[in-house]
Amino acid sequence: MQSLTQQNSSYFVSSMKNILEDSSLTFAEKAISIKSLTVKSKQNQVSKPSMAGDIAIVDVDLAMVQDSTGPLAIRSLNEMRVDKLFNPARVLLVIDHTFPAADEKVANLHAMMRSFASKYNCMLVEGSISHQYILEYLAAPGMMILGADSHTCQAGCISAFATGIGSTEIAAVWATGQMWLRVPETIKIKLSGNFRKGVFARDLILDYIGKVGEDGANYKALEWTFANDNTRKEFSIDSRACISNASMECGAKISVFPSDDLTRTYLNQNPRIIKDVPEIDIRPGSSAKYVDEIEIECGKIEPQVCGPDNVDNVHLIDELANVEIDQAFIGSSTNGRIEDLEIAARILKGRKVHKNTRCVVTPASAKVYEEAIKRGYVEIYLESGAVFTNATCGACVGTHLGALGENEICISSSSRNFVGRMGALSSKVYLATPATTAASAIEGKIADPRRFL
Amino acid sequence: MSDRPTPAESSPHPSPLMPSPPPRSVPPPVATTAILHGKAWVFGDNINTDIIIPFRFKSRTNDPYEMAKYAMYGIDPDFPTKISKGDFIVAGKNFGGGSSREQAPVALKYAGISIVIAESFARIFYRNAFTIGLPALEISEIKGNVVQGDELKVDIGNFTVENIRTKRIFHARKVPEFMQQMLLEGGLVEYYKRNKRFPWM
Repeated sequence: MQSLTQQNSSYFVSSMKNILEDSSLTFAEKAISIKSLTVKSKQNQVSKPSMAGDIAIVDVDLAMVQDSTGPLAIRSLNEMRVDKLFNPARVLLVIDHTFPAADEKVANLHAMMRSFASKYNCMLVEGSISHQYILEYLAAPGMMILGADSHTCQAGCISAFATGIGSTEIAAVWATGQMWLRVPETIKIKLSGNFRKGVFARDLILDYIGKVGEDGANYKALEWTFANDNTRKEFSIDSRACISNASMECGAKISVFPSDDLTRTYLNQNPRIIKDVPEIDIRPGSSAKYVDEIEIECGKIEPQVCGPDNVDNVHLIDELANVEIDQAFIGSSTNGRIEDLEIAARILKGRKVHKNTRCVVTPASAKVYEEAIKRGYVEIYLESGAVFTNATCGACVGTHLGALGENEICISSSSRNFVGRMGALSSKVYLATPATTAASAIEGKIADPRRFL
Repeated sequence: MSDRPTPAESSPHPSPLMPSPPPRSVPPPVATTAILHGKAWVFGDNINTDIIIPFRFKSRTNDPYEMAKYAMYGIDPDFPTKISKGDFIVAGKNFGGGSSREQAPVALKYAGISIVIAESFARIFYRNAFTIGLPALEISEIKGNVVQGDELKVDIGNFTVENIRTKRIFHARKVPEFMQQMLLEGGLVEYYKRNKRFPWM
């Protein structure tokens, strides 16, 4: 509760106001400057904001691990003989990657996490992907969220500062509530126009990554803006989450959207369970310095497919059409939200998955799972011959519920297509939107979704 | 469920499935400088963490030596048996991209790799390497100046790399002092055990 007291004091309020109103600072500079006020007050440096390239020590509002990074964090904490957490209510353990346990070894690690959560009385979530759970229940604008998972940056979709770090670093956050961060340089991307039929947020971010390369935003922040309301309204929170999440694939440290009425509506419809971290509406300054400023015209983007084995091997769908597939996977934290399941259902409705192809649909969270049932999507999937699983990272990381064998080919709406990502080293993964993936499931080969819409 | 035996966490007698922290045969270095010699294993660009250790192996153990069996599995499953203790990895750009998995530098370290030198590193891998005490040296021209098997001499205190064959010396990108100190003391856990505080505080 320390941070609440601090943020209520007039001293912190006035310092925060100065930072928020500073026209020379980017989102990242403002967010880090605000969250480092505690440390700076001790060093009498409050008046000096943190600029790109600086190292700052920040107060962390939420520190997350999942079942493939948590055990190492627990181990490091134990090795350091730390037996008190800075604030158990800010510590989140999520069992999502191999949920429910696929085998005995995984089950033992899950048991270790449950025992830790019980001992320290911290948050334990099972059966929703961490990033989606954080979006649905925890994240808020201006929040400082660190997670031992690279896709933690997804929470930037509602204007949180959220990024991935390592397991042992999370153990240090659990111990102290603080972590060091280098303030990233920022790339500003203005979106204009509207998508054409059959084109979605994932196509946009695939196209961007294909152009800048898989380290094109390494160490950097991405700040998304909209040219006008017409474009802004096209980007639902689900679509923004897809972009913020997938921005990791070009190395971005954070990927943030400005909060707006869509953000407000989302937060109202999905109440936060953390009540005592104040929301901070951070707007980048008008004269902030960017390392690059670009504009993307949504209307010029066509359906994209990323070929194996790198996330920047991006092509127009025509160039890869007709590649025969063994599996189509619709899901993951990148594209397993309700709007993704909706478009998949629309395409699969009344059609059959190709006889040589299996189709696996995995929602990103328990909430999405329930909603898919309510809306009747699950019946559609089952009638088409697809499999509908519980929420998990399973297939995306090749751990269960859709792993690939030798030389198998999968088209997937998941995050990555690296060598052996979904199973055998000789298997191949093509990345695309849920729409393209669903269309491909029907044809048994990579197929253009526009024919089905 | 809190009374269930919990292997590696609170029980003094861990189950065989959950090995206790392995014995550290070499004490972590504590010095202001460290000179290391090693043979270079050369790799290309974009060696991501799925290549360094696939998920299905790293997510089923908490034992670093078990992780080490799969070091560089995505490129050469026999890599751990080919290298000698203390060897170096030299790579192109964006080493360690993708997943945040700390198991990636851990697998390399416990397989016997003592240093990774690359043209550039992905952000989280770079942090993790320092955190676990595996030196990660960024030298933009390194790949073109080292061939497979070259013997290198690395000075961790000064962040320099010498190729013994060509006699050329390369300077790695400097890091904040607290990161270097953490590295010299064997990583974050070792630093904390010795100093009872974190290096950035």
